[in-house]
Amino acid sequence: MKRCLATLVLSVCAVALSLPAAAQELRIGLASEPTSIDPHFHDLGPNNSMRHHIFEGLTTQNAEQKVSPELAVSWRALDDTTWEFKLRPNVKFSNGMAFSAKDVVYTICRIPTVENSPSSMSPAVSAFVGVETPDPLTVVIKTNGPQPLVPSNLAGIGILSAEINGGKDVRFKQGGCENLGKPPQAPDFNDPAHEVGTGPFKLVNYTRGQQIILARNDSYWGGPSHWKQVMFRPMANAAARVAALIAGDVDMIENPPIPDFDRLKGAGFTISEGLSNRVIYIHLDQNKDPAWKTPGVRGTDGKNPFLDKRVREAVSIAINRKAIDDRIMGGHAVPAGELLPYPLFGATKDFPVAKYDPERAKKLLAEAGYPNGFEVTLGTPNDRYINDEKIAQAVAQMLTRVGIKTQVDASTASTFFTKRNKFEFSMYLAGWSPDSGEMSNSLNSLVVTLQPDKGRGTTNRGRYSNPALDELVIKAKATVDDAAREKLLQQASKLVIEDYGIIPLHFEVTPWAMRKGLSYKPRVDQFTIASDVKETGK
Amino acid sequence: MLVYVIRRLGQSLLVVLAMSTLVFLAIYAVGNPIDILANPDTDQAERDAIAHRLGLDLPLWAQFGRFLWNALHGDLGRSFVYNESAVSVILQRLPATMELALTALVFSILIGVPLGILAGLKSNSWVGRSIMTGSILGFSLPNFWIGLMLILLFAVELRWLPAGGRGATVSVLGVPLALLTIDGLKHLILPALTLALYKAALVIRIAQAGTREVMLQDYIRFARAKGLSATRIVGVHVLKNIMIPVVTVIGLELGSMIAFAVVTETVFAYPGMGKLLIDSIGRLDRPIVVAYLVLAVVIFAGINLVVDLLYAAIDPRVRLSEVKG
Repeated sequence: MKRCLATLVLSVCAVALSLPAAAQELRIGLASEPTSIDPHFHDLGPNNSMRHHIFEGLTTQNAEQKVSPELAVSWRALDDTTWEFKLRPNVKFSNGMAFSAKDVVYTICRIPTVENSPSSMSPAVSAFVGVETPDPLTVVIKTNGPQPLVPSNLAGIGILSAEINGGKDVRFKQGGCENLGKPPQAPDFNDPAHEVGTGPFKLVNYTRGQQIILARNDSYWGGPSHWKQVMFRPMANAAARVAALIAGDVDMIENPPIPDFDRLKGAGFTISEGLSNRVIYIHLDQNKDPAWKTPGVRGTDGKNPFLDKRVREAVSIAINRKAIDDRIMGGHAVPAGELLPYPLFGATKDFPVAKYDPERAKKLLAEAGYPNGFEVTLGTPNDRYINDEKIAQAVAQMLTRVGIKTQVDASTASTFFTKRNKFEFSMYLAGWSPDSGEMSNSLNSLVVTLQPDKGRGTTNRGRYSNPALDELVIKAKATVDDAAREKLLQQASKLVIEDYGIIPLHFEVTPWAMRKGLSYKPRVDQFTIASDVKETGK
Repeated sequence: MLVYVIRRLGQSLLVVLAMSTLVFLAIYAVGNPIDILANPDTDQAERDAIAHRLGLDLPLWAQFGRFLWNALHGDLGRSFVYNESAVSVILQRLPATMELALTALVFSILIGVPLGILAGLKSNSWVGRSIMTGSILGFSLPNFWIGLMLILLFAVELRWLPAGGRGATVSVLGVPLALLTIDGLKHLILPALTLALYKAALVIRIAQAGTREVMLQDYIRFARAKGLSATRIVGVHVLKNIMIPVVTVIGLELGSMIAFAVVTETVFAYPGMGKLLIDSIGRLDRPIVVAYLVLAVVIFAGINLVVDLLYAAIDPRVRLSEVKG
């Protein structure tokens, strides 16, 4: 019996000894899974990250979110409302068909036809009134007003093949293109034969919840990737991700938890981390409507204290950002002075971070007529940003210390964002990362006066409103000249920060962990791009 | 018998209806899906367009009416997130989940019944006592902890088994099965064991109690007197008579293993249905959540029915007829 058992165990061992990973195969554990591999179905980080492997844009964003050439080699503004893109010659789709200007037209036409999209990419192309192709390697786009962000917006759009989708005679027409054929819908792309782009990889298998397997596109114009095969596996649970990395099931994982860093490093793994474009901020209810009673403040006789700039300043300087980053973030965050980190477009080098000064905060509160402070509820999600609830608890303690008795109301993201968007918080903590990687997006979304119908202030749920700021941002958004626009944006940013219209806390740092011998250059947009994973030698 | 089955099905339908109403209203109250799904950048026009596309611009009663009407026609709605029929999204995950649940079921029977009988036969020796003490661990240790410990031991330290995922599959009549590949089996062992331990502990306790009771019965004494071998007495007469409570418990637990193995699936990054449910709740993908719970009710009702039919098969004294009153 004993011998039998021993043999059994041995044979199990023999079967169970996992085969070493094939050379040039890369396996990545994703923290969140794309919801679709249709490049235009859902404008969501994980989807956009995955899209880069298979479909390319006319432009792309580099690791610092600077717009750079991809399928277009150059572009210029012919006038305020006309953009000309010169396309890269001799590019082929992964099925061998040639890439030309027709495919660009087809893609722009297809975007508004995506059915049931939970977040469409239409806003990127909705300002287009004309798309022409004077020759197969030139695309001329006309917009309904000055749109300096056209090259940046096009970095988010993966180009489809017109031919394979049955639209090679397509002609752009505003409000619905001609000869578009029957555009594909999201589930069509689950078939690898349909998922055809010009990117460095092509799809082999997509099994939702389980895996996405890509194979190298050997005819890629940029030269074949080092990785012959890439497998992405969704692993939402952080502990499971770390275990899979240590066990050798995967070569690299997204977002290892901060407390595991030392253990991973001790076991010979590499941690690569870099500043992200995501700012964690606190917004204060500043609705000036006299009929509005701010919901979460008590002890002020119904007055909204945050309409007073001195109170806002007191809140900002009562927060010890350095302590939050050291104690709660374990040093893996960078205190923020404005809404976007330098060197992103519109950010200012060495922008000062509000100085921690609780004594002055108390004085300011007294001056504003609240010598005994007041009470407020701070809303926060508890599963959306790194340590979000813990940060909110720390902020609450710091504010309480200067007299603003703060309670934390933490809830899961789905509940929190619904409540926030209904203005149920007088003070809330949230994060923002601009897809465009430049300041006009952050300002326009977070602090420009809320005007939903005009697409302004879409996430300004503190309802901060400052006409001088609005004017600067609107002017910047219509300024095609880069240098002039950047200057306007820097000015606007300074204006809102000095008015304490919004209170930035820190920029998140995004980590990746990988086995020895691999390296990854961190990206501010937090994408995980397989082609950028390098083998550094054993 | 037929009448009995039909009545049971009718009752299940009522439960499904009550359940879907509750779930629909509850998830409606949690939050607005657009706040989660839409890129926060989107302007009002685009948000309105999304609401219209997903049917969220209608008042609650209209949304619910529309849902009921479609459900009566066999359509439980389209997933907001995947733009596919909710039922088909769930069914794609069904093979993986069934494999996990059935393997766990087999594990729990293989571990639970022999150990339970052994503990029942030797209830006063150290063997019986240690089995019973061990079983306490089985249902008092949290599932995720057991899972992580198994991963640490077998995947990280010993490197015998993979830490998670599903492994290679082969397609049988269009259904991807991992049970038929060695790689797939290796991936199944740890999650199935994690899921099985609690159930095995339960089975041990029931089998032990049953065995102790049955061993005192006259027919066992008679069988002994007749000179039957101990193997036959335990293997046939005891086993048969302790199976009714075991089948009941296993049946109920099978339902929860299929529908709510969420923790195990999350720890092992296993692409089953439970994980889909959690993801969908987080994203407020209402059609999936509602369809999922409707399916869960159907599964539970189905299993209960099968369990009742099994009773009749195991114990000829059980009659499947309704008692009036």
